Amino acid sequence: MESCLKVKVGAVLLPGDVFTFIKTDTISLTESLKDEKIICGPGLRRNGDDVVVCKSGVLRHKNPNLYWVDSQQRRYVPVKGESVIGIVTTKSGDVFKVDVGGSEQASLSYLAFEGATKRNRPNVQVGDLVYAQFLIANKDMEPELVCIDSSGRANGLGVFGAGGLLFKGSLGLVRRLLTPQNEILKDLEKLYPCELVLGMNGRLWVRAATVQKTLIVANLLESSENMSAQQRRTLFKRVADGNL
Amino acid sequence: MNPEVCSSDGFNVTLREFGCEQCLLSRPDGSSSFIQGDTSVLAAVYGPAEVKVSKEIYDRATLEVVIQTKVGLPSVKERSQEQCVRETCEASLLSSLHPRSSLTLILQVLHNDGSLLSCFLNAACMAFMDAGLPMSCLFCGVTCAIASDGQVITDPTATQEKESRALLTFAIDSTEQKVLMSSTKGSFSVHELQECIAISQMASEKIFQFYRESVQRRYSKTL
Repeated sequence: MESCLKVKVGAVLLPGDVFTFIKTDTISLTESLKDEKIICGPGLRRNGDDVVVCKSGVLRHKNPNLYWVDSQQRRYVPVKGESVIGIVTTKSGDVFKVDVGGSEQASLSYLAFEGATKRNRPNVQVGDLVYAQFLIANKDMEPELVCIDSSGRANGLGVFGAGGLLFKGSLGLVRRLLTPQNEILKDLEKLYPCELVLGMNGRLWVRAATVQKTLIVANLLESSENMSAQQRRTLFKRVADGNL
Repeated sequence: MNPEVCSSDGFNVTLREFGCEQCLLSRPDGSSSFIQGDTSVLAAVYGPAEVKVSKEIYDRATLEVVIQTKVGLPSVKERSQEQCVRETCEASLLSSLHPRSSLTLILQVLHNDGSLLSCFLNAACMAFMDAGLPMSCLFCGVTCAIASDGQVITDPTATQEKESRALLTFAIDSTEQKVLMSSTKGSFSVHELQECIAISQMASEKIFQFYRESVQRRYSKTL
């Protein structure tokens, strides 16, 4: 059953493509019946006994049984557990409304910061950048963000952003930059020391030593999305030599 | 390549040359341009985005289609074409995955040389795919013109449309080749209608093959 999916790993699929799992009418007496389980990731939906593709993209596979469709997308849809960069838009009573780039603004309670109590309110103003994680994110409810982890510590989440530049890239670019040991960040480290915050909603924040270096790093990241590895290395080399 | 006349019991369905490009605009979430012969349309999709409370639907996304002509303000004809495109898109998009959101599709006519409604449908489908909106199936548009002597021309040019006695446009889906939408003008018999539907279903296979090749070409850069 899983073989019809395995064959297509790495192929481009379109919405409407169906993978039927053919049930055999005869049960073998010698082999034991194995329960095959397949985990459908983004882009695949279950329709009765079939798996239907609902987004166009490349089929990917991760052992042992996880399949998903890798598509290039620009618009973010909130998913529970993802860390995103949000912009605080309003402060109403006990809750901040944060714009994360989705179809709805997310809410962030003032108690969801490290060390925050009713008397000790966090210092968050309208227009601040927040790095937060989704606590609740599904299609039926308003998304909710928190700036603490389950043990109550901030762990890198919270308000940030003085002196840096926020810009937007595609979701695929951020996912590429977040893979461990990726080449783009390795090349960037050799260039200038800089501070980077990557939000899974396609927003990136950069801060380097001077304003000009910050702008250079931002432009390099934006352009490295559509370049092959060779083109990127030549561009980085040109910048390192000081020709840009 | 000029469209050839297809005989009533012939199996040769000829369409004009296609061209398509995805992701050409930087602001919208998805965009595409579709060219059929000399007819050229640009489509842009925004969504799922914020929706006004007066327009929100509690369990589905609100789809809005806007058609802009090359010159002049939109008229009643554009409104009727917008409704045809909207009905097709509602049938194939999984809008229940994004309740209380808005999906906006904007279609801009770059040049109209016949088969405009089917070009709108094809551009819309490619733009939805580019935006990554979940769809249950693909759809395409095919236009047939019945000439005064009864011969059926697929993908007619503007002059052929003017000289025809009937003009039929069908939206066909990719999974079962069913008709999602039909828009007709002129007089024709029941037999001619069924013949045109059969011809459109044959033509849709070519269009879906073209979609597949375009998307493969697009993803081949990153593979």
